[in-house]
Amino acid sequence: MATTTTNGKRKIVINPVTRVEGHGKVTIHLDEAGKVQQARFHIIEFRGFERFAQGRFYWEAPTIVQRLCGICPVSHHLAASKAMDVIVGADKLTPTAEKMRRLMHYGQTYQSHALHFFHLASPDLLFGFDAPVEKRHVLAVLAAFPDVAKKAVLMRKYGQEVIKATAGKKVHGTGSIPGGMNKNLSIEERDALLKDADTMLAWAVEGLDLCKKTTLENAEMLLAFGSFPSNHLSIVREDGCLDLYDGKLRAKDADGGIIFDQVAPADYLDYIAEEVRPWSYMKFPYIKSLGKEDGWYRVGPLARINNCDFIDTPIAEKERQEFMALGNGKPINATMAYHWARMIELVHSAEKFKELLPDPDLQGTDLVVTGTRRDRGVAWIEAPRGTLFHHYEVNELDQITRANLIVSTTNNNEAMNRCVNVVARAHLEGKEEITDGLLNHIEVGIPAYDPCLSCATHALGQMRLHVQIIGPDGAVVDERIRG
Amino acid sequence: MSQDTVNIIIDGVEIQATAGQTILEAADAAGMYIPRLCHHPDLPPGGHCRVCTVKVNGRPASSCTFPVSEGLVIENDTDEINAQRRRIIEMLFVEGNHYCPSCEAGGNCELQALGYRLGMLAPTLPYLRVKRELDATHKDVYIDRDRCVLCGRCVRASSVVDKKDAFGFENRGIKKRLSVDAVHGLGETAVSAADKAAQVCPTGCLTVKRVGYATPVGRRKYDKTPIGAEIEKKTAKV
Repeated sequence: MATTTTNGKRKIVINPVTRVEGHGKVTIHLDEAGKVQQARFHIIEFRGFERFAQGRFYWEAPTIVQRLCGICPVSHHLAASKAMDVIVGADKLTPTAEKMRRLMHYGQTYQSHALHFFHLASPDLLFGFDAPVEKRHVLAVLAAFPDVAKKAVLMRKYGQEVIKATAGKKVHGTGSIPGGMNKNLSIEERDALLKDADTMLAWAVEGLDLCKKTTLENAEMLLAFGSFPSNHLSIVREDGCLDLYDGKLRAKDADGGIIFDQVAPADYLDYIAEEVRPWSYMKFPYIKSLGKEDGWYRVGPLARINNCDFIDTPIAEKERQEFMALGNGKPINATMAYHWARMIELVHSAEKFKELLPDPDLQGTDLVVTGTRRDRGVAWIEAPRGTLFHHYEVNELDQITRANLIVSTTNNNEAMNRCVNVVARAHLEGKEEITDGLLNHIEVGIPAYDPCLSCATHALGQMRLHVQIIGPDGAVVDERIRG
Repeated sequence: MSQDTVNIIIDGVEIQATAGQTILEAADAAGMYIPRLCHHPDLPPGGHCRVCTVKVNGRPASSCTFPVSEGLVIENDTDEINAQRRRIIEMLFVEGNHYCPSCEAGGNCELQALGYRLGMLAPTLPYLRVKRELDATHKDVYIDRDRCVLCGRCVRASSVVDKKDAFGFENRGIKKRLSVDAVHGLGETAVSAADKAAQVCPTGCLTVKRVGYATPVGRRKYDKTPIGAEIEKKTAKV
């Protein structure tokens, strides 16, 4: 597989990258000495929902934009609804609507995190990075660890049932509407969910324990893998508590220093800007005050657990403290720690089920509020993969004239690129060939961020791993395809 | 039996109809569903869509306009006729731009419900991808021509019930489109959200604004039972 062009320079392309949602590829440029000059994670698909939304009516946005994705449509459904709350002047929802939306969101987080950890990430953790390709997928987990796999399927199912009970359908429901909800939770729906709530929490804790055990047993390798300092961005409640549904924006630097805090959605453009680079359809957001070079940041479970001051559910809070102890008071900057943080949120979501489901407010009938109509609505939510921004402008005829979505994966764009750089330098430099080890490590590193490339460029697809070596003249001189 | 009563046979079942009824009305009264799209019980028949076509004494005729008479033998629920209906519905789907996944009429849409009832699983004809205009100029009602099936319900309702004659058709063939009696769109007409015209659209074309997805999935008109079940249910009770 070794390839050297006439001047000795090589370019390696991994296209597509597998076990992520959507289409992406990786290119790695090597110099004559085999040193990594540059590594990039390209997003090579395009969808353009921001354009689709233009001309449509504002009440359609929560239903249209959720079609970006089949994995976490609820996040888009709710983010758009929250932006449209602003448009219709619904500054405070009724308790029933607010709690129904929260329940829907915890259902989404629970099913998405369970899917990612058990179906996508666990093969790497259970079988090792260098396990043969034939073994590194969920069916192999099913064969080797049938109990884990069965629970994973049922956990995802439970999350989907929560979504169905709140949104009306398991995928692409219509429950959340501008100003509130179109349904409450019936007694029958409540009882059906309550019945298994304890089990779901117990299984989530088991999953967290599995993740923690695997990580700590291999801490030297796992926590060093793809580790690099970064800023961290997430929303937090006013008192600093983790809040996945609503809050104000907080950014911390790699040492835990506050860059900004309690930023309101309407002001996001004063703090965040997006850079376009010619080689990717996905934009590169950055913190304005730090500039393009230094303003990039991580979002998602790792950033959220790093950023919050505490968690308002007991088991997750205890686990957060144990997790944060790894950093001796500073944020954790290890890529593989995403999995651990994600599992803490899985537990938190299950605890929230138990807290919310018995609440009689969910059976309330006061579902929608309105107020003074506005022409600009900005909102955010902590989607499973990170902070999701929705910004709309609406004309006097109720039509959307502008939409801007900054999706979780977009927020992690530079971080994923850095990860590829770090991994390439560690596992490729000085090697003569594109080895399985390189492919495996790239495939482990990027998915830790649980990227949804479909959402990020607003596209859809199925991915394989494709590596090309391209000479300085641009010609493909060698390639390998997996998937 | 009064002089007004006539005997007809639909799909081998002898029923008594009332003179002056159309075949479709007589079938409805007997609890026998004939699929239809442009017909609305509160409006005079249009005979536009041909979905309600049946065979009368062996010859095709639209049941919404054909009056009953003694001894008519009618074929309705046959494979041949349902295949033709399915093809009509399919042609309407591919001729328009029906984005069911995000359409607020989903679950209440008669075109969608007919597609399900007649077993149209996916279009077999190519989409025409025609460019249709959205008219948002009215503050309370909009026209999304992507969803228009040219049924003429709004045209008839505005004329016969609302007495406003706000709607009509212009052009012919594939270029035929719903038009409004104004230069700069619906906003210039006397149409209001309370008009009959704004209540009778079988799809989501002529729609009252800001209603959106107020009815949750599971409680929409055709979520639990197929279109026509409300007519067939009447027989079950008898």
